[in-house]
Amino acid sequence: MSDVLVLVGPADHPDPAGGVRKPALELLALARSLGDPAAVVLGTPSPEAVEALGAHGATTVWAVQVPGAGERVVAPAAAALEAVVREVGEPAAVLVGAAHDAREAAARLAVRLGAGLLTDAVDVQAGPEGPVVVQSVFAGAYVVRSRAVRGVPVVVVKPNSAAPERTGGTAAVRELAVADDGVPAAAVVERRERAGTGRPELTEASVVVAGGRGLGSGEGFALVERVADALGGAVGASRAAVDAGWYPHSQQVGQTGKTVSPQLYLAAGISGAIQHRAGMQTSRTIVAVNKDPEAPLFEIADLGVVGDVNEVLPQLAEELEARG
Amino acid sequence: MPEPLRIVVCVKHVPDAAGERGFAADGTTDRAAVDGRLSELDEYAVEQALQVAEAVGARVTYLTMGPAQAADALRKALSMGGDAAVHVQDDALHGSDYLATSLVLAAALERTGYDLVVCGMASTDGAGSVVPAMLAERLRVPQATLAGELAVEGGEVRARRDGELASEVVRAPLPAVVSVTDQTGEARYPSFKGIMAAKKKPVTTWSLADLGIDPSQVGLAAAATVVEEVVPRPARTAGTVVRDEGDGGRRIAAFLAEQKLA
Repeated sequence: MSDVLVLVGPADHPDPAGGVRKPALELLALARSLGDPAAVVLGTPSPEAVEALGAHGATTVWAVQVPGAGERVVAPAAAALEAVVREVGEPAAVLVGAAHDAREAAARLAVRLGAGLLTDAVDVQAGPEGPVVVQSVFAGAYVVRSRAVRGVPVVVVKPNSAAPERTGGTAAVRELAVADDGVPAAAVVERRERAGTGRPELTEASVVVAGGRGLGSGEGFALVERVADALGGAVGASRAAVDAGWYPHSQQVGQTGKTVSPQLYLAAGISGAIQHRAGMQTSRTIVAVNKDPEAPLFEIADLGVVGDVNEVLPQLAEELEARG
Repeated sequence: MPEPLRIVVCVKHVPDAAGERGFAADGTTDRAAVDGRLSELDEYAVEQALQVAEAVGARVTYLTMGPAQAADALRKALSMGGDAAVHVQDDALHGSDYLATSLVLAAALERTGYDLVVCGMASTDGAGSVVPAMLAERLRVPQATLAGELAVEGGEVRARRDGELASEVVRAPLPAVVSVTDQTGEARYPSFKGIMAAKKKPVTTWSLADLGIDPSQVGLAAAATVVEEVVPRPARTAGTVVRDEGDGGRRIAAFLAEQKLA
């Protein structure tokens, strides 16, 4: 069976869940349907990370040493992937997550290999002529199925495109060292980890509760946070709410903010302009609460409640908290 | 007197997101069905290029590839400021994928010459956010992409990159490729004077032959990816919309329980 490479990222990436972040486990689940999953890690993975990768289907963990990894922007990850591709010969595919660095590493890898690059997959399926990539485009108005016709398919996969699967397997670690390829890269001169809120990262979260102008004030976000916490979700905000200074831009969902694709998107006081919908339309289930019965988001919501968020959200939070 | 910095801003003409965007029969983006515009996210790139030019002195050139109407994007950018524009236009480019796009833009950049290449964080149609990194790879220069803040000083570029998990400050010597996010600050509106001045600024058109690129390397036939199927998603049907009768929160909780989401 052909290898399917999955980029896990730098071994020293901060990770609250014990070594491997959820998007990488999702990629392994997709990889299993295409071939023999092999994880690619920059640097030396912790024993916990190797165990987690093996338990989620990786048969091999490639520990790749690249000069300057961590201090040089993007180029080292591309070099690591290229080295493993050349080592294994002809992998069936290379899968990476949609985070900026991984996406850009995939871009550089595609140039190095002259290979087809497919971005923002919401699913990857085995096909007679290689992996078929499913994309949701133009704000979710079309579903496009494409595949690579040249080189190793390099695929950028959105979070929540698959559920992690526990296989209970174990992975063999293989070391690989990459010589300095002299590719010029920007240098990281300062790095500040994002302050943890205890909530899942917005783009990775399987539940997102988002607030908009309809909250009426920044204080309204306390309600949004309470519901998010009851659901174990992340908090998002519309551009209008961010522009009003009610919530940080890092949490903005939409065309010029973050794209999310959770199992559940609960929008409170968001009317749903096209730019917002572009960032959340691939959410599996959408629930909207808004005072305005004409809010466009009601057109795509699985459940819409026409009402005042300041009355509906507290009741919802109480119900959820009571159910524990 | 030192030579002014050469800044080239890569811009894209895209179908307006407010219109009904769709596909032509060959699986490529239908550029005739909807009015086009300068990609909203490229306006931030134009703004940052102009700010760098105002701060340290630079000649700002806009670069695009696309059919005839793509020149509108160049005129819009020129009306905001800057000096000149280059339009790579060739029938053979139709249907080019990321690889071909980056090949052509990189060749055009080699021809214009550049110290700093500025791009938007993504186009608003394809939204792949990969071409800037591909340009850096092809040109073999550093990338300082997805910058929320940008400055050029003493022959190097400094950028703040806000990633999912961390915020980094990076720096690279010029020449370099950067892309900027909407966090870099509002883009200026063209003034009447700017719009009039733009009409007089030179727009040069180059063909593939001018760039020494064989037409067989680009376009739909040469693409490394192929679209097998395009299916319009049935407009996401509205589910149930109910009026809050004092039980709205309970109804949502019950729905979530039913869907096994809570």
